Amino acid sequence: MSRSDEGIEAIGLRRQFKDVEAVAGIDLRVLPGEIYGFLGPNGAGKSTTVHMLTTLLPPSGGRATVAGFDVAKQGSQVRAAIGAALQEAALDPFLTGAEHLRLQASLHGIRGDERKRLIGRLLDRVGLTSAGNRKVRAYSGGMKRRLDLALALIHDPSILFLDEPTTGLDPQSRTALWDEVGRLARDEGVTVFLTTQYLEEADVLADRVGIIDHGRIVAEGTPSQLKAQIGKPTVEVVPESPDELERLRELLRRFGAETAARPGAFAVQLDGHGALPEVVRALDTENLRAAQINLHEPSLDDVFLAKTGRTLEGAEEE
Amino acid sequence: MTQQVWLIAQRSVVRTFRQPGTWIPPLTFPLMLMAVNSNGLRAATHLPGFPTDSFLAFFLPFSFLQGALFASGIAGVDLARDIDTGFLNRLALTPVRGSALLIGQIGGAVGLGALQACVYLSVGLIFGVHIDTGVAGAFLILLLAVLIATGWGTLGLWLALRTGSGEGVQSQFPLLFFATFISSMNLPRNLIEVTWFRDVATINPVSYMIEGLRSLVISGWDAQALLLGFGFSLALIAVSLGLAGRQLKVRMART
Repeated sequence: MSRSDEGIEAIGLRRQFKDVEAVAGIDLRVLPGEIYGFLGPNGAGKSTTVHMLTTLLPPSGGRATVAGFDVAKQGSQVRAAIGAALQEAALDPFLTGAEHLRLQASLHGIRGDERKRLIGRLLDRVGLTSAGNRKVRAYSGGMKRRLDLALALIHDPSILFLDEPTTGLDPQSRTALWDEVGRLARDEGVTVFLTTQYLEEADVLADRVGIIDHGRIVAEGTPSQLKAQIGKPTVEVVPESPDELERLRELLRRFGAETAARPGAFAVQLDGHGALPEVVRALDTENLRAAQINLHEPSLDDVFLAKTGRTLEGAEEE
Repeated sequence: MTQQVWLIAQRSVVRTFRQPGTWIPPLTFPLMLMAVNSNGLRAATHLPGFPTDSFLAFFLPFSFLQGALFASGIAGVDLARDIDTGFLNRLALTPVRGSALLIGQIGGAVGLGALQACVYLSVGLIFGVHIDTGVAGAFLILLLAVLIATGWGTLGLWLALRTGSGEGVQSQFPLLFFATFISSMNLPRNLIEVTWFRDVATINPVSYMIEGLRSLVISGWDAQALLLGFGFSLALIAVSLGLAGRQLKVRMART
C-alpha cells in the first residue's frame, strides 16, 4: 500500500469570520503515520482548523499543506489524498450502509467488482456486515460512527481527519473506534489528525497532542512530555469530619498550592516540599483523620489548566 | 459528469420515495383540490366565452403546477437537510462537480413530478377529460409537467442553499403558492373582471405555464400557448439553475 511521504504542515494558518478570529495563526506539523490529537474545548477552533485542512473552508491567512499539496491552491489533490469523518456522522437516514458506501465509492471512480469487494471488506472491518442492508436511521450512534469511518476509508486515503469521532458514544463503542484508529496508524501507516474534547482519548490514542484555546495552540508535544512540563502530582484529601476541612486546608498548604477539588475535599499540587508519605505522616501527627486520600498524577487537563488558567470542563461552560 | 449526475439523482429519487410522508400528500392534495373545485366552480363553465364545458378539464393543468410546487418543497427541504447534517460536506470531499451535484439533486423532484403528472392525467382521463391533442398531446403534457417540476424543484434548491435550513425553505412557500393563485388558474384571463387581478395574472409566468398545459387539453394545438408555456418553464429552469449554481459556490466554498 503506497502512503504519502508528507504529513500535514500549517504555518500561521488563520480564519476570520467577520469580527471573530476563529483560528488565530496556528503552526503545526504532523509527521506521516503519526496520530496527532488536537485537543480543546468547544469553540476553540478545532473544527475550523479541520475544515481548512480538508479544503472545505478557505483560510483567511497563512498557509497549509496536506500530503504535500497546498490546501488553498490544490484542493482536488488534497481531497484525493485524505479521508474525513467530520463532526456528527453525516449520513442519509433513508439509505442503507451499503448504499452509502456504493455512492461514495462510485463518486471516487471505484466501480464493478472492485467496488463490491471493497464494500464487503469495509463493512466487515467496521463490524457492520449484518447491518449493511439496513437503513441508517435504524443504526445506533456507534454504528453510525463506524460507517462514517468506513466511508472515510473508501478510497484508501493516506491521511485521515477525524473530527470528534467519539462524541456521544458509549464507552464500549468508543474503545472499539480507538482500536480501529490505532490499528490504521500502526498497521497501515495512515496519518491521523484527530480532534477531541476528551482528554482520555488524546492520552490513549495520540502520539503527539496540540492543545488549542481561543484559536491558538497553547501547548504541543507527546502526552508524557506535556505532563512532564507540569510534573507535579496532586494530593486530594477528604476529612472524616467535614468540620475538619479548615484545619486540613492549613495543613496541606504546607505541601503546595491549592488546586481544584471535589466538594468536601481539599487538594494541593505538590511543590516538592514532600510527597505522599510526608502528607500522611503530617495528618497522623496533627491527629487529622482522613476518609480518603487520592494521589493524581498530572493529566492533560492539568496541562490545559497550566497553559490557559482554566480546566477543560470550565472552558466548556464559558 | 453524466455518471456523477446519475449517482446523485439516483440517491435523490431513492430517498424521496422512501419517505411516503413526503410524497403521498403532494400526490393526493392536488387531486382533492381538483375534485372540490371541479364540482364547486362548475357554474363558471356557463360564462359566455368559457373555453370548455368541463371545469375538470379546465382545472386539471393547475394540478400539475401545484404538484410541481410540492415537489420543489421536497427538493429544497432534502437539500437543506443535507446541509444541516453535513452530508453536503461529505459529497464536497469527493471529486463530484458542483454542477453534477445540483442537477442530480433535483432528481427526486423530477421523479415525483413525473409520477404526479401520470397520476393526475390518468385521474383526469378516468373522470372523462378528453385530451384535445390526442396521445401526442398527452405526452407533451407529461413533458411540460416534468419541466415545470424541474424549474420549481431547482428554485427549491436555491432557497435551500440560500437559507441552509428546512424551515427557511418552507417559510418561502406561502409566497410561491400566492404567486400560483394570482394567475389564470380558476378563470381564463379574458374573463377575469377585476382589472388589477387580470393585470397581475397577465404578467405572472405561472399563467402561461398553466395555459400551455391547458391548451393541450382543451383547445388543440396552439403554437403561441405552447411556446409561452415551454419558454417560461425553460426560463424558470435557467434562472433557478443560475441562482442555485451561484449560491452553491458560496455554500460549498471548497478550494
